[in-house]
Amino acid sequence: MADTTHTAPFNRARSADESPVKRFFRATEIDTRLLGMVGAMLIIWIGFHFLSGGLFLTSRNLWNLSVQTASIAVMATGMVLVIVTRNIDLSVGSILGFVGMIMGVLQAELLPQLLGFNHPATWIITLFAGLLLGAGIGALHGMIIAFLNVPSFIVTLGGLLVWRGATWFVTSGRTVAPMDTTFRLMGGGTEGSIGAAASWIVGLIACVAIVASIIHSRRQRKRFGFPRRPIWAEYFLSAVGCALVLGAVAIANNYGWPVNIARKYADANGIAWPEGGLFIAHGIAIPVLIAILIGIIMTFISTRLRFGRYVFAIGGNPEAAELAGIKTRWVTVRIFALMGMLCAVAAAISTARLNAATNAQGELDELYTIAAAVIGGTSLAGGMGTIAGAMLGALVMQSLQSGMVLLGIDSPLQRIVVGMVLVTAVWLDTVYRARAK
Amino acid sequence: MTEQRTPLVEMRNISISFGGIHAVDNASVDLYPGEVVALLGHNGAGKSTLIKILSGAYRRDEGEILINGEPADISNPRDAKKYGIETIYQTLAVADNVDAAANLYLGRELRTPWGTLDDVAMEAKAREVMGRLNPNFQRFKEPVKALSGGQRQSVAIARAILFNARILIMDEPTAALGPQETAQVGELIKQLKREGIGIFLISHDIHDVFDLADRVSVMKNGQVVGHARTEDVTKDEVLGMIIMGKVPAKATPGPGAMQMA
Ligand SMILES: Nc1ncnc2c1ncn2[C@@H]1O[C@H](COP(=O)(O)OP(=O)(O)OP(=O)(O)O)[C@@H](O)[C@H]1O
Ligand SMILES: [Mg+2]
Repeated sequence: MADTTHTAPFNRARSADESPVKRFFRATEIDTRLLGMVGAMLIIWIGFHFLSGGLFLTSRNLWNLSVQTASIAVMATGMVLVIVTRNIDLSVGSILGFVGMIMGVLQAELLPQLLGFNHPATWIITLFAGLLLGAGIGALHGMIIAFLNVPSFIVTLGGLLVWRGATWFVTSGRTVAPMDTTFRLMGGGTEGSIGAAASWIVGLIACVAIVASIIHSRRQRKRFGFPRRPIWAEYFLSAVGCALVLGAVAIANNYGWPVNIARKYADANGIAWPEGGLFIAHGIAIPVLIAILIGIIMTFISTRLRFGRYVFAIGGNPEAAELAGIKTRWVTVRIFALMGMLCAVAAAISTARLNAATNAQGELDELYTIAAAVIGGTSLAGGMGTIAGAMLGALVMQSLQSGMVLLGIDSPLQRIVVGMVLVTAVWLDTVYRARAK
Repeated sequence: MTEQRTPLVEMRNISISFGGIHAVDNASVDLYPGEVVALLGHNGAGKSTLIKILSGAYRRDEGEILINGEPADISNPRDAKKYGIETIYQTLAVADNVDAAANLYLGRELRTPWGTLDDVAMEAKAREVMGRLNPNFQRFKEPVKALSGGQRQSVAIARAILFNARILIMDEPTAALGPQETAQVGELIKQLKREGIGIFLISHDIHDVFDLADRVSVMKNGQVVGHARTEDVTKDEVLGMIIMGKVPAKATPGPGAMQMA
């Protein structure tokens, strides 16, 4: 209690000679780094919009962008924890391929024999099997790293080759298709989106959650007499948060079903085809919802649970963590197991989207995932990184790629650009960090 | 007299070597409740290594540890904490990237009934404990990296006294502290002593040690030169023990004592 009376005049004296911009950022506690990334992304978006003659900032393209980002974004959340503990996982693309192939065979070949075609339980059994398998593979990697002391770079480089090879052996290279109809909903598309009404409901729930969490944290700080943000800053943050959420929902709801699918739907449901065509909104795609949900869960794990605290402490000072009594080896195993599980989620999204499991699924994904995490502010030196940043990083990477596709740039050139952007982004980040010190 | 009681800690014939180096060689030290024992010796004498064996950071090659007269099985830091042994390491051993409260509770976080971290409660307690040690300290929200050497040291000290230690190991706890903070740590040591806590204090400042310690144990090249009660010896005699291994008459010689020709 006494502390607040001490701090108040002290802070006031300090903020008096600050510029209004600085005061604004201090009051709102907005991460300027994250804001910089949002700014960079907006520049990329607007740039592509003009270069493509107005094709980029359309609800259709943005909706597609969100779906394409989902699988990398899911894996990037796990990669943050891996990199924070000064490890790396080069095997995520291959784990995705292998788990995807196993899930493909399970739902397209094995389960139909046991349960019959399109059994309602097929998708959930497949998904659970995939999650278990992914966790198992990750745990195996983690144990070799933690208990046999083989560097993660080597273990997962081995994993990259092993699991890609293993994928081939499952079906001798044959592509498995089609996927179970319910399972396919995880891939998005007209069926795999939740529609306008449900999207608004999701958006409103998100707004309530934002406001509630701001109020809750203010109450907590008040209860213990800690310094609080000025009230205008709280209103500002609530308003911006809600506006972003509702804006995104509005865009998703502005993208209608393609005409032929809408017509089929109208015929099947006995709806008369109206003059100007029938507008049925996609709404938020299910893979995007999955990715957002994973993002929330991973943020919760990394900031609110003991496990997350240990992950960051180990990244900051492995020796101190060990001396504090943390079972650092087991934490490593759990991180890699979690990473494997997230690969399985990504595998579900991408096989469902493609409606097939192929031999090459997830190739190069490890690099995009690592790039997303690193662009999103995860420090390769360990100890620093956020889930939200990594997901935003995934969106930036995907924006670049989609934009280049839209401009008709060939894929070799795309890779060159992505590679250069990665190096530049990390360089800018080191400059930023050096200045922030 | 202390000799009739069971020692709180007794380390008997401890040895450990790294590669070919005998960092600690057949060393024995003991500690009674409410007593401050200073461990002295030149750089590389083996002081930190010896106490790291007690705190579970290293595993001894030989020897045994008794706590309250009973053999104790300490093979990692968690075991040591179970015996009420808290340590302030010379290297401080704080996680730079998390804040003071998170460091204080590292490995023993307070949790809400839902199993989540109770950061607010941890911060509240951190403010209370840090207020006692270093009333000027205000930077609770920043990663420890942003703190000065002395402030980080205060964090390490606060962490050790937070959990009702029975045995406290302080490896150069005031090396980075200013005069005011050093005095505060001195007061703290006296207070903890009154509470019956046993303290191993490692320091290079022999004046400090003489004010605070009941006994001194001197090490040289991994071996114990000897033990003495501070009231029985002078500072110069102790310096002689440290530098030359010469044991004065009123001290008890150990295996590392200079052989008289
Ligand atoms: N982890 C280690 N690996 C190898 N050698 C070590 C290790 N730790 C300590 N040593 C060696 O053991 C000896 C004793 O070191 P220790 O740190 O215990 O000395 P100290 O008495 O604490 O010295 P100082 O006063 O400088 O802190 C030194 O020769 C040191 O080089
Ligand atoms: Mg030392």
